[in-house]
Amino acid sequence: MAGLSILRPGLFTTVQDLGRWGLQSRGVPVSGAMDWYSHRLANGLLKNDSSMATLEVTLMGPHVRFDAGSAFAVAGAVFDLTLDDVPVEMNTAIEARPGAVLKFGPRRHGARAYLAVSGGVDVPEVLGSRSTHALTGMGGYEGRSLRAGDTIRVGGGSDGPGPTKAITSRPLPLTDSHARLRMIPADPRLGAHLAGRRFRVSTRSDRMGYRLEGPTIDAAPGEMVSVAIPTGAIQVPPTGQPILLMNDHATTGGYAIAGTVITADLPVAGQLAPGDWIEFEACSIETARTELRQREAALDAG
Amino acid sequence: MSVTEREKGSPRQTWTLGDSCISMHLGTQIDPVINVRCIALADAVERLGVRGVRDVVPTYNAVTVHFDPLVTDSARLTRELERLATSDLPSTVSATRAVEIPVVYGGESGPDLGAVAEFAECSEEDVVRLHTSRAYRVYMLGFLPGFAYMGSVDSRIAMPRLDAPRLRVVAGSVGIAASQTGIYPCDTPGGWRIIGRASTKVFDATRREPFLLRAGDSVTFVPV
Repeated sequence: MAGLSILRPGLFTTVQDLGRWGLQSRGVPVSGAMDWYSHRLANGLLKNDSSMATLEVTLMGPHVRFDAGSAFAVAGAVFDLTLDDVPVEMNTAIEARPGAVLKFGPRRHGARAYLAVSGGVDVPEVLGSRSTHALTGMGGYEGRSLRAGDTIRVGGGSDGPGPTKAITSRPLPLTDSHARLRMIPADPRLGAHLAGRRFRVSTRSDRMGYRLEGPTIDAAPGEMVSVAIPTGAIQVPPTGQPILLMNDHATTGGYAIAGTVITADLPVAGQLAPGDWIEFEACSIETARTELRQREAALDAG
Repeated sequence: MSVTEREKGSPRQTWTLGDSCISMHLGTQIDPVINVRCIALADAVERLGVRGVRDVVPTYNAVTVHFDPLVTDSARLTRELERLATSDLPSTVSATRAVEIPVVYGGESGPDLGAVAEFAECSEEDVVRLHTSRAYRVYMLGFLPGFAYMGSVDSRIAMPRLDAPRLRVVAGSVGIAASQTGIYPCDTPGGWRIIGRASTKVFDATRREPFLLRAGDSVTFVPV
């Protein structure tokens, strides 16, 4: 069976797909790739279905051996990559011979890269998804981030013709250490407090959410009756320091919501690391739609 | 149990949460009638089977719809929610599934039982008696897979949550947070007052029915 052997795990490498939808009414977090665009791009370069699982690499990348050989592609955060110690490109399909070793070297931009392999990363589906939710130990590879010595099955590329040539791709534009995130204000007063302000992603940030440091937002009445909340929601707890909810967030929450980052900008948010800056900009639902269509068009243009 | 409608004609409010989520609130407080209407509304939305809808989540006083913004949009879904909310939502709380859950109270299983007894100025046995002497409504699931928010706890033992959450609450722990009670589905940090441990798992992904509870259930705790 074609497989990947993890020689070095990197900082936090997990199996992700497009998320575990349909069970939020049972309290199941969605999870999935933090940068959905780059996940889909990496799959698309291999003619994989966009829902196939990839490895999400965080800040420090792994060393991976392709035991039986495979085509692969890496998209998202920019790393120096080598295959058997020869530099290779991101955002293109590459054939690895059996036993070849892919090493993620220094990171140049962004926080999360996606390693797609032909036919997809093959871990058992749990409740309809292969995504890892580490807090609950659900999905992915044994419900956790990868460790040295792990061996992961891959699809072997049997479902498709496989890549015949490198496809022209449009990687997600990455800015250095800061991002402008467009959001639709939920509460006009709190939304106005966020717009145009700069916040820093604190070190207490992970796949559940980013705790933001910066100007204090005067949160309204404190805790409210818990309601369901989407990824991208900007919560304002009584401390006034906002939290940007990311893919592994709890399905419900009881804090005021100031606004929600638009779907088109979630990949940009997914590329932020602790210490990076965010500037929020209010936008309309029409803008959100236009921007999302543009992202989709960029993927389709592949 | 039957509670007559108190909130007829209460103002509905729809919230736009970004470009892929809307929430309709049917009231402002925790109330069984508002909640039963939310659950019925969520069921009705599910039954419509609108393409692009990814998740329909009833909570205490709201229904939230998560959707794919490339396939449908908030204007369409708001219209559907409005239409369904003005049709025939139930106005009484009727008996739903009844679930009994065995619980070991106190000791290592319930490290906060003593503190709750002190809070209530009664014995630990009295706390157990008060906690087990009524059926609780499952208002909603959230926070973690299978975690049910249940209420309402007898006001005498309705102790607020810990000021600083524990770093690790063991799976199965039965806790109190003011008027709410709940069971932790997995080991996790948590701030509820832990008074016992249930032997039945509320969530097990490998079980044929992974979730023990659903919104609308009636739960009784049985001391073992």
